[in-house]
Amino acid sequence: MKTFKMGGVHPEENKISNDAAIEVMPVGKQMVVLMNQHLGAPATPVVQKGDKVKVGQLIGEAQTFMCANVHSPVSGTVLKVEPVKDAFGLAKPAVWISVEGDEWMETIDRTPDIKRECPLEPKEIVAKLKEMGIVGLGGATFPAHIKYSVPDGKKAEYLIVNAAECEPYLTSDYRVMMEHAEEICIGVSILRKALGVPNAYICIESNKPLAIQKMQETARGFEGIVVEPLKVKYPQGAEKQLINAVTGRKVPSGKLPIDVGCVVSNVGTCFSVYEAIQKNKPLIENILTVTGKKLPSQHNYIVRIGTTYNEIIKHSIGELPATTGKVISGGTMMGKAVVNLDAPTVKGNASVLVMDEAEARRNPETACIRCGKCMNACPMGLEPYLFSSLVKTGRIEEAKEHNILDCIECGCCFFSCPANKPLTDEIRLGKNRVRAMMAAKR
Amino acid sequence: MNLLNISGSPHVHSDESTKKIMWRVNLALVPALLVGIAYFGVSALLVACISVASCILFQWLIEKFLLKVPSTIGDGSAVVTGLLLAFNVPATLSMMWIVVIGALVAIGVGKMAFGGLGKNPFNPALVGRVFLLISFPVQMTTWPDVSKVKFFGLDTVTGPTPLGLIKERGAESLGKMPQIWDMLTGYIGGSWGEVSAIAILVGAIYLLCTKVISWHIPVSFIGTAFVFSAILWLVNPIHVGVDPADGAEKLMGFIDPLTTILTGGIMLGACFMATDMVTSPMARSGQLIFGFGCGLLTVIIRNWGAYPEGVSFAILLMNSVTPLINRWCKPKRFAC
Amino acid sequence: MTQQILIAVLVLGVIGAFFAVVLYFVAQKFKVVEDPLIDEVAEVLPGANCGGCGKAGCRAFAEACVAQGNLDGLRCAPGGDAVAQKIAQLLGCAVEQGEPQVAVVRCHPANCGDKRRSNYDGLKSCAFQNTVYTGESGCPFGCLGCGDCVDACQFDAIHMDPATGTPVVDEDLCTACGACAKACPRRIIELRNKGKKNRRVFVSCVNREKGAVAMKSCANACIGCGKCAKVCPMEAITISDNLSYIDFTKCIACRKCVTECPTHAIVDVNFPSPAVKPAPKPETPTAAEAAK
Repeated sequence: MKTFKMGGVHPEENKISNDAAIEVMPVGKQMVVLMNQHLGAPATPVVQKGDKVKVGQLIGEAQTFMCANVHSPVSGTVLKVEPVKDAFGLAKPAVWISVEGDEWMETIDRTPDIKRECPLEPKEIVAKLKEMGIVGLGGATFPAHIKYSVPDGKKAEYLIVNAAECEPYLTSDYRVMMEHAEEICIGVSILRKALGVPNAYICIESNKPLAIQKMQETARGFEGIVVEPLKVKYPQGAEKQLINAVTGRKVPSGKLPIDVGCVVSNVGTCFSVYEAIQKNKPLIENILTVTGKKLPSQHNYIVRIGTTYNEIIKHSIGELPATTGKVISGGTMMGKAVVNLDAPTVKGNASVLVMDEAEARRNPETACIRCGKCMNACPMGLEPYLFSSLVKTGRIEEAKEHNILDCIECGCCFFSCPANKPLTDEIRLGKNRVRAMMAAKR
Repeated sequence: MNLLNISGSPHVHSDESTKKIMWRVNLALVPALLVGIAYFGVSALLVACISVASCILFQWLIEKFLLKVPSTIGDGSAVVTGLLLAFNVPATLSMMWIVVIGALVAIGVGKMAFGGLGKNPFNPALVGRVFLLISFPVQMTTWPDVSKVKFFGLDTVTGPTPLGLIKERGAESLGKMPQIWDMLTGYIGGSWGEVSAIAILVGAIYLLCTKVISWHIPVSFIGTAFVFSAILWLVNPIHVGVDPADGAEKLMGFIDPLTTILTGGIMLGACFMATDMVTSPMARSGQLIFGFGCGLLTVIIRNWGAYPEGVSFAILLMNSVTPLINRWCKPKRFAC
Repeated sequence: MTQQILIAVLVLGVIGAFFAVVLYFVAQKFKVVEDPLIDEVAEVLPGANCGGCGKAGCRAFAEACVAQGNLDGLRCAPGGDAVAQKIAQLLGCAVEQGEPQVAVVRCHPANCGDKRRSNYDGLKSCAFQNTVYTGESGCPFGCLGCGDCVDACQFDAIHMDPATGTPVVDEDLCTACGACAKACPRRIIELRNKGKKNRRVFVSCVNREKGAVAMKSCANACIGCGKCAKVCPMEAITISDNLSYIDFTKCIACRKCVTECPTHAIVDVNFPSPAVKPAPKPETPTAAEAAK
């Protein structure tokens, strides 16, 4: 079985919500839709207070290059266009909608039939992805229409579908594969057509044998889709590592996957591509795992974007256990700790992960014993211990020379550090400083 | 409900800790400790206890009164230093007080003077050992004869070590060399903790399995020593010859490679002291260079130096170039 | 014997003379012409290399002074006027007398402890915590309490108050170099004039949120109600983005605004008797909002 060459760690997998089928989360009374749900500039609101909106109606328009459309996840009246505090307590532009009924846009095909044929040309596919506000659901929420317009002079050779789901706890991708295998394969075929690549590789870690089997069976009915089982190793699902595992190619420092002829897409994105292209349904829903070792039950939900964390918790488990120490949006390795549970969820939120106080607390930091475990765990071949001291002493130039910007922030260094040093935090700080230094030089 | 904890990712940890690593090393030293006590009696146990206790005490005193920082004696690193220091000295009565001085130098000069665990450039136990070797040359080279040790007796009959025999170059020494099996089990003269190759290897295998050490340093250290001494031995094997200078019969040539790696401190040094994380290189390639240097220097010092044994000096010398090796041996970058 | 000594002296003498000639030419060839004035100016400077002047260190500052020939736009804050005078003498130029300044922490120390909404468990660095979230208080503008300012201070003049978790400036030690102000990722610390008898009045808040939102994170937040601006006789107070700011060059420290402020966000220091009783909690937040 294939895997990436260097580094990596094996965190506890904890896929305890594997067997929970996807349920539909009911819509609340009020929805707050952030305008900045993607990498890049926020979308510009195109509705005003008092406007009536339907499900799937455009409410935020992408007016710059690095931006994505935002659609209303509910039907009702716009209450106000005002900032709301996001999951980290920071005010972000948003549209507040009071929910009335559930009236969908007429263009959206809500029938359960599966549409296999896609008559659109590659350019039309990309235009439709932009219209439907599709973004990458693997974590970075990169606008899809940018990813699938291959720049002039470059050629895509591989489409790699990231279904590794190497993050502990997360099971949303797994559930989508188990329940929507055919739609995913259609989505992959559409993307294959958009890019004009001969083969697409669906990469699944070998700890999901049922998903591998299911996808292999389904992929037989499609041309040019290969299911590629991978070894279990974190960060198998990191873009550069996945490319390395499947093709053996290495994305050079500061370059993009397309520079080595690869495009990587999350499996969840492929499902939303199917819905957008074949069913005219914009990205207004997330598939989201509600999990935690101390929770009474484990769930996978299909949730309208804009539902708050508190609503999700209330519907799924009632209330948080008394010993809750951390709520994380995403997995334990790269997810973000949430402070404001009244914040709305956004595109790409893959989980509400509840950690116990004892599990969540970091152990106190001790002296570095120069064991080199961070270095051996680093999948990018960097020296985290060195960055730690360089950043502390302000030697930013040197940190840059040692390729600090190559760090993918996977967290393997902190994970493996016996001295509990917050290496990943220090490197992020260092990267910010390096970028500030480079900006100042310009 | 508790306050929510907030931090950057990752939110989980492997549960590795410095404490666990150090106590694993201590556990790995137990087989050698037991064999040492079995052969050298209660005096070996006393030396170990005194050494460990004084290392812990000195570290506590220095942290409490000189540095005024929270005590870290619980992390087990002082115990490692104490045990390794004790393993490196003869199990004799005079060592009971000399080893206390060694502990003070090891902890005070070797470790705490540089800022404590993680900042010391040299292996503290070896700093202490070499200090004792130079300061108390007689006591440090008076070895009990393992065949005449009484288990509860503190006064011992002295006997030679294999390396000492060769260094003397006496014509009759060759006949007194121990058998391979005795060298493996430790039924030979020498520092009481390093005699048994098998006991040390058992500990080393445990450390390899728990990933405290990697194979690179021990293999390149022992391998280099073996290959280098094999070359010397093949060119000029050990034999009794006539010294042209004074016409007396003497030992000439070089000892065979198997005896080289099974005598003295090579096994203990390669598996436990050269692999000390703080003072050895971090990259795998650097570790190979480090082990190579240790092995080469050991054989050179043994054959051409003033001392019969060179492991301590070899490791300390290589410790001093570790920062350079770290600077030179970078991991292979993924994206270059 | 004499001969041997003679030979040795001669040989050494010849070698010495030879290298002396070589060194002479090398020195001529690689001579670096440097204004001796730079050394003299550097001698006068405090030598703390705090970087408060914006240069890489004291030597770089001296070079800049000499290159420019005057002190326009160049000021060594730690040295103050005394050093400025000395440099001006060396350069032969005039120097303006600057008002002595001090670093001021504009975040209210009271009421933060009990308003803690989360527990920050990551790298102890304000600059990093600022990229993660709002901070423990929930105020997106407030002090993060990791002490980047304390680390930045070369003069040991700023310390964290363990009771409040906010930094406190030692006015006697502070040289107004501005290193702490630069280190603070939220720009809470400002250099302000020391004022007569060290008496100062300032708005101890930088929260730009709307009043009701700001009050949620801190009872002493400035809500931008504008009452202070109305009572100010010197028109020293301006309100922008829901935040009041007192211009220290205009302020006469009459303290009218201090008594007027509904949230006690305006603070006076070093006055003999407090203008208001230190009652950190405002009576009714709604009254404050209504005033807006």
